[in-house]
Formats: sequence, structure tokens, C-alpha cells
Amino acid sequence: MHALKTLMKCIREYKKQTILSPLFIALEVLIEVMIPFITAKLIDSIEAQAAISEIAKHGGVLVLLAALSLTCGALSGHFCAVASSGFAKNLRHDLFHKVQDFSFSNIDKFSTSSLVTRLTTDVTNVQNSFMMVIRTAVRSPMMIIFSVIMTIQISKKLTLIFLTTIPFLIVGVTFIMKKVMPFFRKIFKKYDALNNSIQENISGIRAVKSFVREDYEKQKFGKASDEVCDNFTTADKLLAFTSPIMQSAIYVVMILICYVGAKTIISSGNTELTVGGLSSVMTYGMQVLMSLLMVSMIFVMISMSVTAANRIVEVLEEEGTIKNPENPVMQVKDGSISFENVSFAYSSTAERKTLENINLTINSGETVGIIGATGSSKTSLIQLISRLYDVNDGSVKVGGIDVKEYDVRTLRDAVSVVLQKNVLFSGTVSENLRWGNKDATDEEIRHACKLAQADEFVSAMPDGYNTMIERGGTNVSGGQKQRLCIARALLKKPHILVLDDSTSAVDTKTDALIRKAFRDEIPDTTKIIIAQRISSVQEADKIIVMDNGTVNGVGTHDELLATNEIYREVFETQTKAGDFDD
Amino acid sequence: MTKNKKNQPPMPHGKRPKPKKGTLKRVLTILFKEYKLPLAIAIVCVLFSTLASTSASLFLNQIVSRIEAGLQVGWTAATSNSIVSLLAVMAGIYVVGIIATFTQGRIMAVVTQNFLNSLRKKMFSRMQNLPIKYFDTHPHGDTMSYYTNDIDTLRQLVSQAIPSLIMSALTITILVAYMLYLSIWMTLIVFSAVVAMMFVVKHVGGNSSKYFLRQQKAMGETEGYVEEMMSGQKVVKVFNHEEECCKDFDEINNRLFEEASKAHSFANILMPIMGNIGNILYVIIAFIGGILILSPNVHNLSFSGQALGLAVVIPFINMTRQFTMNITQISQHFNHIIMALAGAERIFELMDEEPEVDEGYVTLVNAKEVDGKIVECKERTGMWAWKHPHEDGTTTYTKLMGDVRMENMDFGYTPEKLVLHDVTLYAEPGQKVAFVGATGAGKTTVTNLINRFYDVADGKIRYDGININKIKKDDLRHSLGIVLQETNLFTGTVMENIRYGKLDATDEECIAAAKLANAHDFITRLPQGYETMLTSNGSNLSQGQRQLLSIARCAVADPPVMILDEATSSIDTRTEAIVQQGMDALMKGRTVFVIAHRLSTIQNSDVIMVLEKGRIIERGNHDKLIEEQGKYYQLYTGNFANN
Repeated sequence: MHALKTLMKCIREYKKQTILSPLFIALEVLIEVMIPFITAKLIDSIEAQAAISEIAKHGGVLVLLAALSLTCGALSGHFCAVASSGFAKNLRHDLFHKVQDFSFSNIDKFSTSSLVTRLTTDVTNVQNSFMMVIRTAVRSPMMIIFSVIMTIQISKKLTLIFLTTIPFLIVGVTFIMKKVMPFFRKIFKKYDALNNSIQENISGIRAVKSFVREDYEKQKFGKASDEVCDNFTTADKLLAFTSPIMQSAIYVVMILICYVGAKTIISSGNTELTVGGLSSVMTYGMQVLMSLLMVSMIFVMISMSVTAANRIVEVLEEEGTIKNPENPVMQVKDGSISFENVSFAYSSTAERKTLENINLTINSGETVGIIGATGSSKTSLIQLISRLYDVNDGSVKVGGIDVKEYDVRTLRDAVSVVLQKNVLFSGTVSENLRWGNKDATDEEIRHACKLAQADEFVSAMPDGYNTMIERGGTNVSGGQKQRLCIARALLKKPHILVLDDSTSAVDTKTDALIRKAFRDEIPDTTKIIIAQRISSVQEADKIIVMDNGTVNGVGTHDELLATNEIYREVFETQTKAGDFDD
Repeated sequence: MTKNKKNQPPMPHGKRPKPKKGTLKRVLTILFKEYKLPLAIAIVCVLFSTLASTSASLFLNQIVSRIEAGLQVGWTAATSNSIVSLLAVMAGIYVVGIIATFTQGRIMAVVTQNFLNSLRKKMFSRMQNLPIKYFDTHPHGDTMSYYTNDIDTLRQLVSQAIPSLIMSALTITILVAYMLYLSIWMTLIVFSAVVAMMFVVKHVGGNSSKYFLRQQKAMGETEGYVEEMMSGQKVVKVFNHEEECCKDFDEINNRLFEEASKAHSFANILMPIMGNIGNILYVIIAFIGGILILSPNVHNLSFSGQALGLAVVIPFINMTRQFTMNITQISQHFNHIIMALAGAERIFELMDEEPEVDEGYVTLVNAKEVDGKIVECKERTGMWAWKHPHEDGTTTYTKLMGDVRMENMDFGYTPEKLVLHDVTLYAEPGQKVAFVGATGAGKTTVTNLINRFYDVADGKIRYDGININKIKKDDLRHSLGIVLQETNLFTGTVMENIRYGKLDATDEECIAAAKLANAHDFITRLPQGYETMLTSNGSNLSQGQRQLLSIARCAVADPPVMILDEATSSIDTRTEAIVQQGMDALMKGRTVFVIAHRLSTIQNSDVIMVLEKGRIIERGNHDKLIEEQGKYYQLYTGNFANN
């Protein structure tokens, strides 16, 4: 119910259509129900061999009704299409905008593929149900009510006959649906697993082929596929009961009505009930039973899309964990950073803190290197600076002010992070670079690329800065991508620039040139460099050695060589050949 | 009920508004070939249930005439009997109909699911046999959607559209036959109305399928954009780019809305139009029937020879209704069929892809040495040999050593553009050969050729003196171990992932391999150790940890030749140094090809090849290359350029 309320809010500007659609359907049904009634009169008048004018009168009314019903039906169909597509549009809109409000920890909770599914498949499912609800869910009950009213007009006795079959029908169909639903839920899960294994297989095809595991994969897939098949077959077999049940009800009703009807007509000498009346009752009876079947199908549809609806609501109700303070600071003074007793964990339930009791001071304009083993929390550390995550304890200050007091936009404009897992988007090189500053001039872009040592290869591309980058940046190499990402970050003209292992695919010489450019061209910017290579951080003003979520040592290259064991070890492993140190 | 989810625009190769002609035939051929008997039974069942439902109007006709007869005499025992006996026959036929419907439902449930299951499996196993080139040149999302959307559209086709088409066609045939039996004149009137309905279906229905295909395309665009932005979401945040993204998305989203509302509008309007044409037809028939009854000088032309009377007109009116209902039903399946055929076509496209050809005949066998000669044996000896059958009927065995030679190799992914020029290299058993050079220099390409992911254009690669084109691909790949920079782990436990390298490896072997790769430490620190489940490519591990696992996976396979393509790029140097010790032990006695940016990884190689633009420009060991002061020297000293 609660989920429903949240979803309903997305109808918004399509309220008119959402209301008009069932309204016109109600009208359509009303007319449709009148049609057999008039038809009965028509038949009776034919039967009574009435004058042509009499037949024409009834016929004319019927044609008029048909035309009206067509208009109402078409209008409601149109409104329904607009309302449901609009509803889906708003859902997608809200989902997408909501995700834009997410913080990193919100994003971590949902995987990319699950977000995509929610925005596409799940929305489509809900849209279909919505369409069902405003059309069929109104139509069928109306049909039942009107039809029953009409049959009562014709013959109370016959009405009673088909009304008595209804409870049996409801019990039967409900029973089947109850049995089937759990299977469908299971099927969805199995389907997910199946799709996941296909996905893995496709993206890991090199591993599959190089280990010659094609047959093994086929077997694995076959098993998963069989499971889907078995469950689906069981569900479908159960569903196969619905039609016969439906038919039994219809046929029983028909035979009973025929008998009772015939008896009534003959006994009363065509007065209490007429032949035309009998055929109308049959039509109405059929309509009622069909409508009941439709209602049961709607239940199946809706309960199937409940899962989808819940998944959507889950995103819509996710609270962005990082919010602007009430009176945010709108300016970052300089690029100084300090960590005071900072502790941090990705989840509150984590046994071990990711960062524990960090104290650091970085002055504005300094170059700081961070080094440490895989999993020593280097990335976690720097992500706190631009408030990509919030600390659990202690505080991180930029320009002397706690990051939580800044306007998030202001802060992130001042602290430019080149992420380890970086992405370029489809669009031209310039368009990608303008993410850093959308008003950047061509010269500024070029300058940033020169600093990042990207100008040379960009210029060599067929269309230079207008070369299209393909989705996922597949047409540039790893090293080129990294350099473009650095250029993009530089265009922000930040107070603080953070490079998270951003030159790992760049050769050492270019890496050195980038650092030299930083030193010469942006001396006032605080530069924080996470790297694997000692050479990347060696000449930094300060090197931080991270170990297991704690700061193991801080100092210059020489100081650390003398005092820090980890640093020395790393240094030695990288210069073991040692021919040049001498 | 229409499902319209598409990962990618459905028509990657230009516009193809209508599915190809042969597709439906092909679907039906497969269906009928595999499920001959059940389908035959199902069709007989459809026939029976159709007969039962159409006989309703037939009986109504009889009932009316008996009621009319009864009206003359009143409700006597005779009247009652005549009506009851008729109803009894009717009940009998209905029971048969119900049983038929039930049987048909059950059979179709089994047939549909089995058909889809076998199609899925066929598709998957076909896909496993496709060359790497296919995966490199087709977006993965496209391939994925064959399994999800396209199969789904086929389910509706087989389980719903086909049976109900058969049913409608049968009903219509029966109705037409009976209508002709009653009155040819009136049948002609019904026919003319049907032509009008067909016209509407073609225009409205045709339009809706046009818009549905367009909606699919818009859906594909939306999905593409969402996918891109969701996977780059963190970058969006870092650059405060949320608003621009929202704006772009809204635009795409609005387009989808336009197409979707048009498609659904057309589809929704079709129903009331068809239904009411039916109603109008009903009136026309009733009206004409009435006139005909009243005009005694009009002769009824019919096969029954019955005169035009109530007994003809009333059932006729009822049949008209059934007739139009069936046509409406067919038109409703119109969109499903179009979309299902488009889906089937894509599936067939995948199934028709050329599989990887393998003309190799040299196989890898277990061997042992008897009196200095190599003999094939069944048991696992740890020693392997190439079994080389010759044309003259003799078979020779060559011990598997790991000697790889490339001679004057040229290669290009497309014929126009060569990426490797005249590459020659020798790797003796147990040697470590390294490739260095800028990105795009062709390092990975070399390794792609050794395991025949791609085939050389010119030149030769020999493995233990045998041209690798002669070796069965599976056996060739068994003899090579590869660790790639892109680690691909599979859903399953850590243990299962390591075991992927050698399916019959014991737990101890796996753990030993993990220890060798220095992965044991972090694995034991995972919540469930080796039994920890990995999901979505091991997203709960760091990139470095994933690389360690894939090294362990390769180690357990124990191949004589190993290829390490940036296998340690995300492992910090300190850990790498530790891994290196294990790796050195692992590499002992094996031929190893190493690709790395990090020079510390390759320093101790026996031969280092410096590649530039697809050519080997320098070769030699570390000391020699340093001495030469060439490109390698530059790269290496770049490390310390700022001292």
C-alpha cells in the first residue's frame, strides 16, 4: 500500500488522462451492455415479423450505440496509452534524478546492472500493470455489474443461475493463482541467475576459451536453463487448469439457461421470457464470466509486477546520505587539508574499520604522495576529502573548515578527483573534457591536455579534439584514457587535485612529464598522488605510507627511506636491479 | 501485455522494418520437427475444443427451432424430452471440448518450455563455439538481449499466438462452412464486412507495429544512456555533472514517451474499432435478415436448401458475432507476431554465425617414457606428449616442452591494417620472454595469436616444432595458461573459481595454488574463507585481489607455457615482490610470456622484446638493452628522470 502511494505520486501531469481513461471505459461498457438489450428487441421484432420501420428503428439505435461505444473506446484507449506511457516516463525521470542525488555509499548499495534493470524492465512491468489497472480493472467489474443489472431486467430466474456459478469459479481460479504465484517468483529468481551466468560467460569468454571450458560452461548453463524450464513448465501446467474451469462454468451456465429458458418461454407462451431475451441473457452471462477471468488475470499480472514496483520504490525511497548543511559555506579558501582523528567504515556493520584514527596535515600547494599495499585504504582516505563518503568519527577539513559545512558542489569543484575506475562518455573529446568546465575555451582545453600530456595524441587523432569517443571509451587505450581524465580534472582549476593511481597505464617517462608540468604550471594547487611506483611520489613534499587502514609513516623520500620499513621495502623491490642507483 | 525491453536498437545493420520471410517457416520447422507427436495431439485437441465452442451457435439454432415447435404445443413431456436430449448431446460435446482444452494447455506448457529451453541451450552452445572475434566485434548487451528479450517474445508466440491463431482459423473455417450452409447471400455480406476489418487492421495495426518497433529503438537508446550514466555515476558526482545528465536524460526519456504513447494508442484503439465494426455488422445482418424474412419473394441460396426464416437468421446473427470476435483475436496477436519474428530473426542470426574452425589433428596425451621412448598412456603421469598422426598412417609422439617459435609473423584484425609486422621470436622451454612497449604496440596481439584467438595472416608459429595450425585448438589451449589484466571471475565460491583452472583439482591443490600466488592470506581473511561466494565478477574483492585469484586459477592448471598479460598491474609492488617469489617457483621449467608496464616485473626476463608500432625494435636481456641505450633504456630510466 505504501509502495503504491509512492508510485502514484508519479502520475502528476497525467492525472487528467488517468481519470478520463476509466471514465470513458465506464461509458463504453455502459453502451456495450445496452447493445445486447437492443439486439434482443431487434431479434424479437424480426421474430414477430414486425414492420421494416420497427426493425430500422432498433437497427438505427444499435448503429448509433456502436458508434458511441467506438468513440468512447478509442478515446479511453488513447488516454490510457498517454497516461501509462507518461506514468512510465515520470517513473524513469524520478528514478534517474534520484540516483543523481545519491552519494557514493548509496551507489555502492545498488549495482549498476540492478539500477539499469530498475529503470528499464521494472518500469515497463509497472507500466503494463498500470495500463491494466486503469483499463481492464475498471472494465471488467463494470461489465459484471451492468450485465447483471441488465439480465435482472430480462429474467431474474436466469440471472440467479449464472450468479450461482460465480463463487465456484472464483474459488477455483483463486486456488490456482495461489498455487502458481510462488512458482513465478521462483522463476524470476532463476531467470536472474540464468542471465547473470550468460553475462559472466560473455564478458569472460577469454577465460572460458583459454581454459577450454566451453563444455563445462554449456553444462553449467544447461543446468540453470533446465531449472527455469522445469519451474516454468510446472507453473504453465497449473495455469492450464484455468481455461477448462472457465469453460466448464460457461458451458454449465449455457445448458442450464437453455433448459430453464426454454421451459419458461414455452410454459409462459413467449411472454415471461422471449427467444430474444434468452439469447441476450446468454450474451450477458458469457460477458460476466469472461470478465471474471480477466479480473483473475489482472491479479496475476499485478502480483507479478509487485516485485518490480518494490524494486523501484526501494530506489525512490533511498535517502541520499550526503546532504547540504543548512547554511553552507560557498567558498573554499585554499587547498589545505587536515584529518583529525578520522575513522571510517563503509558499512556500520563492518567488523574492521577501513580507516582508523587518521591524523594528517597537508598545506596548501603541497605535493603529497600516498603509497601502500593493495587494500591499505589509500582510496578510502582520499575519497573523504571531497566528501564522497562521510567520516564516522573525527573530521576532515579543507581550507580550515569541516567538509560537512561546505556546499557539496562548491567543495567538489574545489577538490578535483581523478578516480581509479575512471570513465569517458560517448561524445567528442572536447565534450568529455568540458565536463570539467562547461565554459572552457578551446585554448583552455588544449592547455589542460598539454599539462596532462594528452595534446599530442589527441591532435594526432583523425578529427583531433572533435574525435568521437565511443561508449565506455573503448577507442582510446588505457594510458590515453587516464591522461584525458587528468586533463578533464585539471579544467576545473581546483584548489586540490587528487590522482588515484591515475597514471598506472602511462609509461614512466610520460608520467614524469605530467608531474613536471604540475610542478611548473599549477604550483598553488595541492596535489595528492596515489601511486604504485615510488618514482611517481619520490619528489613529493610529503609521502604518506598507508598500512591496513592506518598511517604508517609520513615524511620525505629520504626521511622515509631512513625510518620507514615498509617504504624502504617497496623502494628496494622496485630498484632491485639497482644498476642506476650507483 | 507487450514487453518492450531492448538493450540495443533491434536493427544494428540498417533499417529492416519487416522480418525476413523465411523466419516464421524456420521457427515452425524446428518446432514441428522436435515436437511432432505432442504438437499433433495438441492440434487435434485445438480442433476438438474449437468444435465444441462453435457448436454452441449450432445448438442455439436447434434449440430455437425446438422452442418454436414447443410453443405450439406447450411444455409437454415430449417437448421437455426433445430439449433435454439435445442439451445432453450438447453437454457431451462440451465435456469433450473441456478435456481437449485441458490436454492442449498441458501439452503446450511442456512444448513451449522445452522448445525455449532447447533453443536457449542451442544458442548458448553455438555461442561457446564462436571465435573470439565475434565477441570483440559485437556489443555484449546485444548478445545478452537474445537470451532475455528475444526468447521471451518467442514464448508468447509459441504458447499463445500460434495456438490461438490455429483456433481462430479453425473457428472461422467452421463458421464460414456453416454460414454457407445456411445462406450464401448473407455470408457474402459478412465477407464484405471482413474486408473492411482487414483494411482497418492493416492501417491501424500496421501503424502500431511500426511504432512498436520505433518504441523498441527509443527504449534501446534510453537503456544505453542509463547504462552509461549508471556505470559512470561516480564520475558524474565528482564533476558535479548531475544537472546536465538529468537534462540529457529527460530529452531521451521524452522521446521514448512520444513513441510509446503512439504505439500504445494505436494498439489500444484497435480493439474498440474491431469490436464495434462487429456490432455494426451485427445490426446490418439482423436488419437484412429481417428484410429478407419479410420479403417472401427473395429466394435463399444455400447448401441446406432451408428457406430464409428465423431458424436461419438468428443463428446467423450469433455467428457473425463469433466471426468478428475471432478476427479481432487474430489482429490482437499481430504485434506479438511481428515482434516475435524480429526476435527470432536475431536469434537465428547468432545461430548462423560461423563457428570457430578447428582443423587441428595433433592432440595432447598423457605419456610416459619407456626405454627412452615416449609412449602414450591412460593414467595421468604429469608428462605430456603431442600425438601427431601422419598421412602415411604412422603416429609420432613429441614430448610437450613449451618451445614456442614465431617466424616472420604478420597480422591485422582487419586485412587493411596490419598491427604486427614481421615478428620473429624464439622462446625456449623454461625461458621468460617479456614484451614491453607503449599501449597499442601489439603486445597483447602477440599473445592472442599464440593461443589462436586469432590466426596469423602470414608467417608461422611453432609449438614444440609443430605448426600450431595443426594442433587441435582445445589441446593447444590446454597447454597454455593465460592471466589477463581484465580478470573474469565467475559467480561461485573462491574455491570453485580457483578450480576453474583444473576441474578435478582437490581442495589441497587449489589451496596450494592460492599459496603460490600469495592469495591464501587474503582468502583466509574473507568472511567464509575459501567458501566465500563471489558475485558479479568478484565485486567484493579489490582489483589486486582479483588478479591474485586469477593467477592462482592459472597455477592450478599447471600448463607448460604461461602468458601473463599485465597480470600484476593492480597488485602493489610490495605484494608483487612476494607474489614474484611464488611466481618464480611457478615459472620454473615453464615458458613464460610476460607483458607489463612495470619494468620491475620484467627485469629478470631471459629475453625482452621492445615492440613499437607492431615491430620488434630491440631484443635482448635487461643488461644488454641497458647497454644499448635504446628505447628500453629510455623507458627504464624514465623511472628516475627527475632525480
